[in-house]
Amino acid sequence: MKLPVYLSLIDESEKSLADAYRQMANAHGDEPDIHFLCLAHATQCEEHRAKLAPVIERYGTTGSGGEPERLHHDGVGEPRTGPLGLLRDLQDLYLLATLVDVTWVMVEQAAQALRDAELLQVVEGCDHETAVQLAWLVTRMKQSAPQVLVAAR
Amino acid sequence: MTEQGRTITTPGSRDRVEDVWGTRTPFGRGAHWPERVDQLLADGVAEGDVDRWVRSACVLCSNGCGCDIAVKDGRMVGIRGRADDPINHGRLGPKGLYASWQGVEHRDRLTTPLVRRDGVLEPASWDEAMDLIVERSRALLEEIGPLSHGFYTSGQLFLEEYYALAVIGKAGVGTPHMDGNTRLCTATAAASLKESFGADGQPGCYEDLDECEALFLYGHNMAATQTVAWSRVLDRLDGPEPPALVVVDPRRTPVAKRATVHLAVNPGTNLALMLALVRELIANGWTDDAWVAEHTVGFEELAEQVKPWTPERAAEVCGVAADDIREAARIFGTTDRVVSTVLQGFYQSAQATASSCQVDNLHLLRGMIGKPGAGLLQMNGQPTAQNNRETGADGDLSGFRNWENPEHVQELATLWGVDAQKIPHWAPPTHAMQLFRYVEQGSIRFLWISATNPAVSLPQLARIRDILSRPETFTVVQDLYLTATAALADVVLPAAAWGEKTGTFTNTTRTVHLSEQAVEPPGEARSDLDIFLDYARRMDFRRNDGGPLLDWAGPEDAYRAWQECSRGRPCDYTGISYDDLRRESGIRWPRREGETTSTDRLYADGRFPTSPDECENYGHDLLTGADVGPEKAKALRADGRAHLKSAPYTGPHEPPDDEYPLRFTTGRATHHFHTRTKTGRSPELDAAAPSVWLEMAEADAAERGLADGDAVEVTSRRGRIVAPVRITAIQPGTVFAPFHYGYWDAPPGAEERHPTAANELTVTEWDPVSKQPVFKTAAVQVARAKGE
Repeated sequence: MKLPVYLSLIDESEKSLADAYRQMANAHGDEPDIHFLCLAHATQCEEHRAKLAPVIERYGTTGSGGEPERLHHDGVGEPRTGPLGLLRDLQDLYLLATLVDVTWVMVEQAAQALRDAELLQVVEGCDHETAVQLAWLVTRMKQSAPQVLVAAR
Repeated sequence: MTEQGRTITTPGSRDRVEDVWGTRTPFGRGAHWPERVDQLLADGVAEGDVDRWVRSACVLCSNGCGCDIAVKDGRMVGIRGRADDPINHGRLGPKGLYASWQGVEHRDRLTTPLVRRDGVLEPASWDEAMDLIVERSRALLEEIGPLSHGFYTSGQLFLEEYYALAVIGKAGVGTPHMDGNTRLCTATAAASLKESFGADGQPGCYEDLDECEALFLYGHNMAATQTVAWSRVLDRLDGPEPPALVVVDPRRTPVAKRATVHLAVNPGTNLALMLALVRELIANGWTDDAWVAEHTVGFEELAEQVKPWTPERAAEVCGVAADDIREAARIFGTTDRVVSTVLQGFYQSAQATASSCQVDNLHLLRGMIGKPGAGLLQMNGQPTAQNNRETGADGDLSGFRNWENPEHVQELATLWGVDAQKIPHWAPPTHAMQLFRYVEQGSIRFLWISATNPAVSLPQLARIRDILSRPETFTVVQDLYLTATAALADVVLPAAAWGEKTGTFTNTTRTVHLSEQAVEPPGEARSDLDIFLDYARRMDFRRNDGGPLLDWAGPEDAYRAWQECSRGRPCDYTGISYDDLRRESGIRWPRREGETTSTDRLYADGRFPTSPDECENYGHDLLTGADVGPEKAKALRADGRAHLKSAPYTGPHEPPDDEYPLRFTTGRATHHFHTRTKTGRSPELDAAAPSVWLEMAEADAAERGLADGDAVEVTSRRGRIVAPVRITAIQPGTVFAPFHYGYWDAPPGAEERHPTAANELTVTEWDPVSKQPVFKTAAVQVARAKGE
C-alpha cells in the first residue's frame, strides 16, 4: 500500500507551507494583513499535522521504494522585497498551497477506498481550510496585481 | 404647560453641557415619544429677532436630528429641534446645540485657497490653486494612469457631493483608490449587513426603541455617541414597562450604569462572547426553527462552530461571569421584542465583522427582524456615512451594486455614458489603510483629502505624518480649517460648511433630510460640490457621446442624477424629492417613484437581497476576508434567504505581555466629535472636555503607585501619550483614552514633546472583511510621566 507515501508527502508539505507562511509574515511585516494572516495560516498548517499524527501512527509514513525523497519539494525560496517581490512571494505560496490542497484530495480518495471514517473526517476539515487559504491568496494577489504591475515604481 | 410640545429655550449657559440628555419625558412601551423642543440662540438674540428659520438636520452624529437654523442679518444665530421630526421629536444634544452653528462661525475659518510655495502655504486665487491641481492630475494620468490617484473623503459631506466624487473617481479618473473615514467608523456595519443579508441597509428604525422589551447595546456607548437616541432610551427606562438593558463594554459607561446585565469584556474578545450567546440560544431551544429553515442558510455550520463555546469557556476568555452570559442569553432568547445596536466597541475591535455578524445571527435565529420592536441597528459613527456607502465615494459601486456582477457594472456605465472598462471593477475597492500604504510606497502620487483629518484619526500617527509629508506626493486638502492634515498639504481648498450650502443626508436608520443653505460661506470658501464640479470641468471629463460627464449646475441636479442611479436598487430614492423633503421632516428610503409612504423596516417579509443578481457582494470568509466569488455563491443557492455566517475565535493580534501588560482601548467623549475640528471651537464644549485623559482601574493604578489626577505616560510599540489619569470602574487590565485630541490647538511640536492623540499608540491593522482599523486592542505600559 502506498498511502503512507502520501501521508508522508502531505505531512511534509504542510510543514513546508507553515514555514513559508512564517517566512512571509516576517519578511512582509509592513503589510499587516499579510503578516497576521500568514501567521494564522502557519498555525493552521501545524494543526493539520497534529490532526494527521494519529493517522500516520496507524499507517506509518514511508512506503517502499523511497518515493518520499523523489516526491520532495523545495518549499519556497528566500522572501523577496518591494511590491513586486510581495506579489511573487504570494504566488509561490499559492503554488505550495495548491500542492497541499491536491494532495489532500488524493489522500481523501484513498480514505474513501479504505472506508476510513477517521481519516475522511481529518481530510474534510483540513482540506476545507486549505481551500480558504488559497481563496485568500487569490483575493490578495488580485488586489495587489494592478498596482504592482501598472503603477509601482 | 405640559411636557408635550414644550419649548425649552436653552440659554447661552452651560446647562445642556452638563445636563447632556435634557429633562425626562417618560413614556410606556408602544406609546408616542413625547415632543420636547430644544432651542439655543446666541447671547443677546431673542426669538423675535430671528429673521428666518432654515430647514436642516444636525450633522454632528449619525442620529441626524431634524432642526431649523436661526438666521439674523445673514448670520447663523441659533438652532432648534423640529418637533415633527421622526428622529428627535424636537430634541438636540449638546453637540448640536453648541457646535453645529457656533463651531462653524469662527475666526480660524479658511477663506481663501492656499498653495505651498518654497515649503510655505500661502494664499492664492482659485484659478491658481485649481490650475496646479489640474496640471498635476493630468500629468500623472498621462504618465502612470488612474492608479496614481487616490481620494480620501469623509463621513460628513452631503449626498450630492459624495455622488459627484464617486462619478468623478470611477467614470472620470477611473481609479479604485477611493475611500472615506467611514472606513474608521462604519465599514463593519456595512460589511456585516452585506455578509448576513446580501446588501447594505439598516433593517430597523428608531421607533423600534419605543416598542422593544429588551435592548442590547454591543460596544455602543449610545449615551456619548448619540445623545438624543439615548434620551429616547432613558425615557423608556424611566417610563412604565421599561426594557431590559444588556450592555457589552469594558468601561462602566453611563449606558452600562443603567444595565440589567453589564458584560465588561476584555477588549478584543467580543467574538468569544457572541459565539457563547449564539450557542446558548441553540442549546436552550430558543430558536425559531421553522423560520430559520425557511429564511436562512448555514445553520448546520454555525451550530457546529459555536458548540465548544460554553458560557464557562467564553467567561474565561472575556473576563466576565458565566452566569451573566447565561442571563444575557436568556433575556435575548425569551423576550419577544429585542432591539440590538452595534458600534465601535465591536467595529474597531478584533474580528469585527465576524462579531457583528453574530448579532445578525441572534436575530435571524429567533426570526426577530422586520417587526416592530424587533430591530437590528448596525450603527454608524458619522452623520452621512450612509451616503458615502450608497453613492460609492468609499469605492463601493454606486447604488449598492456588486463589482463582481458585470450587469451591475454595465448599468453604471450606461448611466454615466462611459465604457464599462473605464469603471474599476477588477477587485474590491482600495480600503483606506491600503490607500495610505500605496502613498507610502510612492505608487499613489496624487492624494485628494476632503473634510477629514487622517493626521489625527488614523492609527500609528507618526507613520501617517511621514506619509502625508512625502514631497513626491501631491496632496490636496479641502476643509473648513487648517487641520493637522491641511497643514501638510500642497494645496488647501476652503470649503463651505453646514448651513452655508444645500444638500441632503441620510442618517444611520435610512432617514433622509434636506439641509438648506442658510448663510453665505466666508470669504472665497465654496461648497464641496462646487469644488468637485469645477475639477471635473477643468479636467474636461466627458461621456462617450461628447457631453460633459457632469453637467449639473447645483445640488438639486446632482440629487436627481442620484435618484436615477438608485432606481430599482435597495436604496431607491426615486420617490423622495427635494419638495417631498421640504414637506416632510425626514423620509426613509427605499421610497420608489409614485410611493408616498416610507418603508420603516426592511425584511418584514423574510426575503433578503441574497440572490446572485441582486446581492451587493458574493460574501467573504469571515476569518481571512477571502472572496467567496460568483460560482460558489451561486452554488450556495441562498436565493432570498439570509446567511448565518461565523468564524473561529482567534482573539486580538497584540495581546498584553510582560513588556506591555495592559490592554489599551480608545473611544469617544460626549462633548466632542471626530478630531474636534468643530466641537473644539465651541467655547462651551471645549470647556467641558478641554484635554485628553486616561482611565484606569483602581488596582492597576495602585500597582503603579498612581492616584487620581496624576500625569502618566502611556507607551506602546509605536508611540506614547502623556495624560492625567482618572481612576474609574473600567475592566481591570484595560486602560482607555478618548481619541479626539490632536494638535491643532496645541503649541508647535506637541506631537513630540507632549503627545495627546490616542492614535499615537494604536496598531496598524484592520479587520480582514470590513478593513476597519483595529483601534481597540493595542498593548501598552503605563508609568508616572517623567518630571511630574
